[in-house]
Amino acid sequence: MTVSTVEAPVQRRPVALRRGYRFELTKLVSQWRLRLVFLACLLAPAVYTAVISRQTSLPADALYGRWMNQSGWAGSLVILVFMGTLVLPLLTCVVAGDVFAVEDRLGTWRHLLVAVRSPRRIFLSKALAALTVTMALLAALVVSSIAGGLISIGSHPLPGLDGHVMESGELARTVLLAWLSIVPPTLAFSAVGLLGSVALGRSPLGLLMPIVLALVLEGVQLMPVPVALRVALPMNAFITYRGLLTTPGQLGSLWVGLVVSLTWAALATFLAYRLFMRRDFTDLAYDGSGRRFVVAGLVPLAALVAVTTAAVAAATGATGSGIERSKLEAALATSFSHLYVLQTEELHRPAVTEAQLQATARCDKAGDRVVDTGPGADWRCVVTWTLPGATATGTAIYQLDVAADGRYVADGDGPKEVNGFFQIHTSRGDAPNPLWQFDGFVDLLDNPSKGTQ
Amino acid sequence: MQPTAVRARGLTKAFGDVIALDGVDLDVFAGQIHGLVGPNGAGKTTLLGLLLGLAMADDGTLEIFGTRVDRALAGSWNVAGFVDGPGLYPTLTARQNLAALASLRGEAEGRSADVDELLDRVGLLEVAADPVGGFSLGMRQRLGLAAALLGEPRLLVLDEPANGLDPAGKRQVHRVLTDLADAGATVVLSSHRMDDLAALCDEVTLLSAGRIVFSGPVRKLAAESGELDYRLVTSDPEGARRVADDTPALSQVAGRRSPAQADDQALVVRGPEESLDGLVARLVAADIAIRELGPVVPPLEAAFLALTGTDIDSSTVDEESTR
Repeated sequence: MTVSTVEAPVQRRPVALRRGYRFELTKLVSQWRLRLVFLACLLAPAVYTAVISRQTSLPADALYGRWMNQSGWAGSLVILVFMGTLVLPLLTCVVAGDVFAVEDRLGTWRHLLVAVRSPRRIFLSKALAALTVTMALLAALVVSSIAGGLISIGSHPLPGLDGHVMESGELARTVLLAWLSIVPPTLAFSAVGLLGSVALGRSPLGLLMPIVLALVLEGVQLMPVPVALRVALPMNAFITYRGLLTTPGQLGSLWVGLVVSLTWAALATFLAYRLFMRRDFTDLAYDGSGRRFVVAGLVPLAALVAVTTAAVAAATGATGSGIERSKLEAALATSFSHLYVLQTEELHRPAVTEAQLQATARCDKAGDRVVDTGPGADWRCVVTWTLPGATATGTAIYQLDVAADGRYVADGDGPKEVNGFFQIHTSRGDAPNPLWQFDGFVDLLDNPSKGTQ
Repeated sequence: MQPTAVRARGLTKAFGDVIALDGVDLDVFAGQIHGLVGPNGAGKTTLLGLLLGLAMADDGTLEIFGTRVDRALAGSWNVAGFVDGPGLYPTLTARQNLAALASLRGEAEGRSADVDELLDRVGLLEVAADPVGGFSLGMRQRLGLAAALLGEPRLLVLDEPANGLDPAGKRQVHRVLTDLADAGATVVLSSHRMDDLAALCDEVTLLSAGRIVFSGPVRKLAAESGELDYRLVTSDPEGARRVADDTPALSQVAGRRSPAQADDQALVVRGPEESLDGLVARLVAADIAIRELGPVVPPLEAAFLALTGTDIDSSTVDEESTR
C-alpha cells in the first residue's frame, strides 16, 4: 500500500466572539428557569408595589416604606432596598453562577471546545452573555417597580433623606440614578458568580457563591466594624444611593462603592479567567477544586478587601463607626427644618423658610456614661428652632434608632402639636405628619475634622 | 494509491502518572472507516481527543491531511466529531441545537434547509421541534452525528457512535457513515462492539494499555484469534463426547465457565478448524445428528481477548469509561 498525503486543509480559526456570544445567549434564553425568573422580575415588583401601596399597614422598616401610599416613586425605592440584601446576589447565582457549571453538568465542554476552538473566546462569550441576561433582569425590576408604583399611586412628591421635598422630575432622575448605582455591585457579584462557577464546577457551592458571599458580608455589615472596612465591601455599594437623596448629595460613599465594586468585578473576572484558561478539559474526572478556589480565588479577594480598607482609611481619614454626635445633630437639624416647612405648608400656616427656623439639634447617646458615638437605638435628641417674629424658641424631642450603615429613624417624642400624631389635618384631608417619624442619613465618610463632605 | 488522512508517529500522552498513550503509530487512509477498539483505559478516547485537537500529545507527531497539528484546538474545519457523548443542550430542540451550532460556525444564515436535511439523514426530522432533553440515548447519538456532519467534514471522529442505538438506528448510522466514506470522507470511530466494527470498518486498531497491539484489516484480525472454542449440540451427547475424544488435535473444554456450561447437552471443544472438520465427519459417520455448531466466542472477539490478554470472564469489551 502506497502512502501519500492529500492537500493541506486551511487551518481553522477560532469562532468569532459575536457568534460565541449569540450561541451562549441562545442557551441561556432557552432555559425555562431563566424565563420564569425574568417573568418574576417583570411582574413581582409591580404587583408588590401596587398591592402594598393600597394597604394601611406599610413596611415602615424599609426606607420609604411608610411613603408607599403617598407617592408612586416610594415603591421603587422600597424594592431597591430589597435588591441589595439578597435579590440581586440571588439573580447572579442563577445566571453567572451557573453559566460555566452547566457545561460540567451536561458534559459538553469538549463539544464546545471543538466547536469554538478558543477557551478565551468561550470565557468572554459566556461572561458577556451572563452580563447581558443579568442586566435584562435588572432592567425588568426597574421598569416593573416604577411602573407598578406610578400606575397605582401616581407621581407625587417625596421628602429626601434630608427632608427636602423632591418633585416628580427630581424623583425620576434620582430613582433612576439610584438604580444605576447598584449596577457596579451587581457586576461585582456576577464576577464572583463566574469565579465560583469556573472554580467549583458542578458543586452547589459554586452556584451559590454570590449568595454565600452576600450573607457573609451582610453579617459583617451588621456588626460595628470600622467605617473604612464597611465601605470597602461591595455589599455597601448597594445602599450608597442614599447619598443621592439629599441636597447637596452626600456622594463620598457612593464613589467609593463604585470604585470598590468595579475593582471587585475586574479582579474576580480576571481570577475566573485565569482559572478557566488553566483548566485541563481532557480531565473527565474534573469536578472543581475547592483548594484552587481558596488559593486562587478567595485569598486574592480577601487581600483586595485589606488593600481597599487601608486605601479608604488613608484617603478619608475616617475612623471608628463613622457615626458621631456632630454629624447626627447636623443631619437631624437639617431634616427637621425641611420637614417643618413641609408641615407648615400642609397646615396652611404662615410661610417660613429653613433659614428662618435656624434649627439646631443636641443629641446624647444613652446618658452621660456612654460616649456619644456609634449606632444604636438609644440616641435622644432635642431640636430647637425659632419662628420669625416669635421671642420664644420651640423644642421637639426625638428618639433616634441609628443603624450601623448610617441610616436613622427619628421617632417624635413630643410635643404633640409638632410630632405627637402620625397624621395631620389638611385642607385635602388627613395626611401623614412629616415630623412624626422620618428617615434620615449620615454620611459615614463625612469627616468634619478634615472639613470634607 | 491511497492518501493519508491521519498519520501518527510515536504519540505519547500521560495524565499525571497514568500513561494513556505510549508511542502510538497510526495511519488512517482517506475514505476509510477505521475502528478503534480496546479494553477500558486502553487510550481510545485520548487518541480520539488528540485527533479532534482537544489536547496535545506529550511526545510524537500527528498529521491530519498532511498538516502537522502543533497546538491544541488548532485543527482544521474539516475535522469534526465528538468524544464522551454528543454534547447537546437539553433545553434546545433538535433543530435549535443544530442551528445554533451552524450559526456558531457562521453557516446558519439562510441554511435551515441544510439542518433539516441532516436531521432527515439521521432519522430525526419528525422530532426536530422536540427538546433534546426528552430524547433517548440513541436519539442523542444520532443527533450528535448530525451535529458532527455540519459543514461536511473530511475527517469524522466519533466516540462510540452506536452506543444506545436500537438495531434500526444502528443501521441508519452505519448507512450514513458508509455513505460518507463512499463520498471520500474518512471516519475514525471507537466501539466496544466487535461485530459493529466488523460490519463497518475497513481496518481496525486494537489498543491495550496505551499501545497498539494490532492494526490492519478486519479479516486479518480474525486470523489472530488462534484456536477457538466451539460449542456443539448433538442428538447423542455421550456418543459425541466419545467421538471427540478420538478426534486428533481436538480437546474437550471442561471445568471452564462459559455459556455452554449451562447446558448439559452441549459439548465444548477446542482445536484447529481442520480437526473440527474431522469431528463433524466422524459424528456424521457415527450417525449422530449435529443440531448446533458455532464458536463460543466469535473470532473477532476471541482475537481481541487473545491480543489484549483479557480473561474470558471479563470478556465483555465494554465502553471505555475513562480517558
